[in-house]
Amino acid sequence: MKLKLMAAALAAAGLLSTAAQAQMEIQFWHSMGGALGEKTNGLAEKFNASQKDVKVVTTFKGTYPESMTAAIAAFRAGSAPHILQVFEVGTATMMAAKGAIVPVAKVMGDSGEPFDPKSYLPTVTGYYTDPKGNMLSFPFNSSTVMFYVNKDAFKKAGLDPSKAPRTWKEVLAAAEKLKAAGQQCVYTTSWPSWKHVENFSAWHNIPIGTKENGFGGMDTQFAINSPLHVRHIAMLGDMAKKGLFTYAGRTNQGDAKFSSGECAMFTGSTGAQAGIRKAAKFEWSINMIPYHDDVKGSPQNSIIGGASLWVMGGKKAPEYKAVAQFLAFLSRADVQMEWHTDTGYVPITQAAYDMTKKSGFYDKDPGAELAVKQLTNKAPTANSKGLRFGNFVQGRTVIEEELEAVFSGKKEAKAALDDAVKRGNEILRQFEAANK
Amino acid sequence: MEKRVVFRSAWLPYVLVAPQIAITLVFFFWPAFQAVWYSFQLQDAFGLKTQFVGLANFAALFKDGNYLESFKVTAIFSVLVAFIGIAISLLLATMADRVLRGAMAYKTLLIWPYAVAPAIAGVLWAFLFAPSIGVVTYVLKGWGIDWNWILKHDQAMVLVVIASVWKQISYNFLFFLAGLQSIPRSLIEAAAIDGASPLRRFWTIVFPLLSPTTFFLLVVNIVYAFFDTFGVIDATTQGGPAQATNILVYKVYHDGVKAADLGGSSAQSVILMFIVIALTVAQFRFVERKVQY
Repeated sequence: MKLKLMAAALAAAGLLSTAAQAQMEIQFWHSMGGALGEKTNGLAEKFNASQKDVKVVTTFKGTYPESMTAAIAAFRAGSAPHILQVFEVGTATMMAAKGAIVPVAKVMGDSGEPFDPKSYLPTVTGYYTDPKGNMLSFPFNSSTVMFYVNKDAFKKAGLDPSKAPRTWKEVLAAAEKLKAAGQQCVYTTSWPSWKHVENFSAWHNIPIGTKENGFGGMDTQFAINSPLHVRHIAMLGDMAKKGLFTYAGRTNQGDAKFSSGECAMFTGSTGAQAGIRKAAKFEWSINMIPYHDDVKGSPQNSIIGGASLWVMGGKKAPEYKAVAQFLAFLSRADVQMEWHTDTGYVPITQAAYDMTKKSGFYDKDPGAELAVKQLTNKAPTANSKGLRFGNFVQGRTVIEEELEAVFSGKKEAKAALDDAVKRGNEILRQFEAANK
Repeated sequence: MEKRVVFRSAWLPYVLVAPQIAITLVFFFWPAFQAVWYSFQLQDAFGLKTQFVGLANFAALFKDGNYLESFKVTAIFSVLVAFIGIAISLLLATMADRVLRGAMAYKTLLIWPYAVAPAIAGVLWAFLFAPSIGVVTYVLKGWGIDWNWILKHDQAMVLVVIASVWKQISYNFLFFLAGLQSIPRSLIEAAAIDGASPLRRFWTIVFPLLSPTTFFLLVVNIVYAFFDTFGVIDATTQGGPAQATNILVYKVYHDGVKAADLGGSSAQSVILMFIVIALTVAQFRFVERKVQY
């Protein structure tokens, strides 16, 4: 009896799958929870409604590391999705997995879909492009780090709320005044390594690692113990000691500290805006991140965070054609503009940027444009086009651990950054050995 | 007198234990064997390239000062969790044992936390102790204590120890209560008639008679602190600040799952496996024999 039932079920499943064969199903695994997840599903629905041949099926797979782990496990079991959203620190790991992924440039080229690499914003795509200029993954949600100021707190401290500090010197001066005025938490940050090491380096045009921050080869080494790095981290350690800097944690815990009004100044992702807009009961402004004005050539440009879409290997040619169709849809200026204005992530094509500008959106929401301006402040250099370090999930943890040691007063900045380089390089060497 | 059942058939006993053996093989031995196998390999995240590297993964671990530091953290953490957990549960069990009215209600309430998943326990305590919004933080601030476990090592340790102990107290409590109830009343009454104070009765009669339970719980609690507290750590400190609460099993998870370094993570699991084997042997050999029943 049981057997019969099972046979019937199998037959039914078989029937169903033949019925669905007319329409190609593309599996898309992502990490966009909550409102962002709805927007992502909206994109897929819009694409599915726009044509009949391809159906994109979106699946939320948890946080970035979780969905990457899930995809790796699925790949090992032979059932990887077609499209996988991977956060920026996973880029080098994905890149090195040559048999597991197909470069986006190849997917697009083979499919005959219109694809002009030059139409994409270089700071955004540069992060995901190989040294020969081939786009490896498709930038989906790109953010950058911004500087937020609580204008009410500034007013209370007798500072000019319309003038946010532009340099670290000005930040320090404002911090002293805020502290004197009784501000509990003066400055905090989210994503400490991303802001104070990675973006700090790009913004001041100094290398994060040798070999063009790892773009030039896997034999790269960390260079984050330069005098300027040490000076900056020592300054933060000093601020922490004086109560001018409150450490919030390794991810986005700083967001809530700012939006609740606890902290007066804050560096965090462009993506934090939505939450601040919702929660903040005070006037605030969004600004470019501060820099050290005695460093020649700074500010350069900031680098992106967020994630890109990778096309997984081992699928059939028609499936790749369908994937290409979807990616071409995502590149459309109107789709990009909608995504950009809805989510706060930066647009990935020049056309989408121009279109948004023309629509007058930036007049209402200058913060949205500021991110693009900061990313494209100058033409990216070898130090500022991004970073590509193997196993950087581990590498970033190492950097954050060492930063915590400085902020808690356990270690001097120089010793901590030296250790971060030493420990980080061991991880890089292991990655190099595993991917020979 | 021992009871013995003798099977007449030669193969029937084997068939009867076969399912259990099969489950053990598939769910315990196979993964364990795989961990050992992976620990000798260097592999990229997707398993595309695999090299046999012998003991290189282990050598790298013991050269890594942070791994050795993690041992120290784990040792401190487990000792704290085991001792505090056992002490509090013993106290609670002795008190509950004396309660005459509403004993059932007390016992049930004390057992409740055991039903809470470690991750939930972690989140719960993390909320109570959250640096900016926590209720306890607010009270502590009133006492002039600057509570910020996100940056302060000792406070982070205190937090994970509290959450882990709280979670384990019920389990310890149950065993102690059962142990207490199996102590013959006549012994205690005899001592009482001889004029021994309650405290003296406890230390000279009850505590020695409880020693098998205590030793059993000691091993169980250490194993618990080693492995099951993963959820608590992941939900609160995630090993931070600067590795202050990075216990061995959390490092295995971080390196293997989050950082996709299967070889290094497997090598760590193998080391953990040996620690558990050693603990189990110690329990059977040393504890079961030396303890006075």
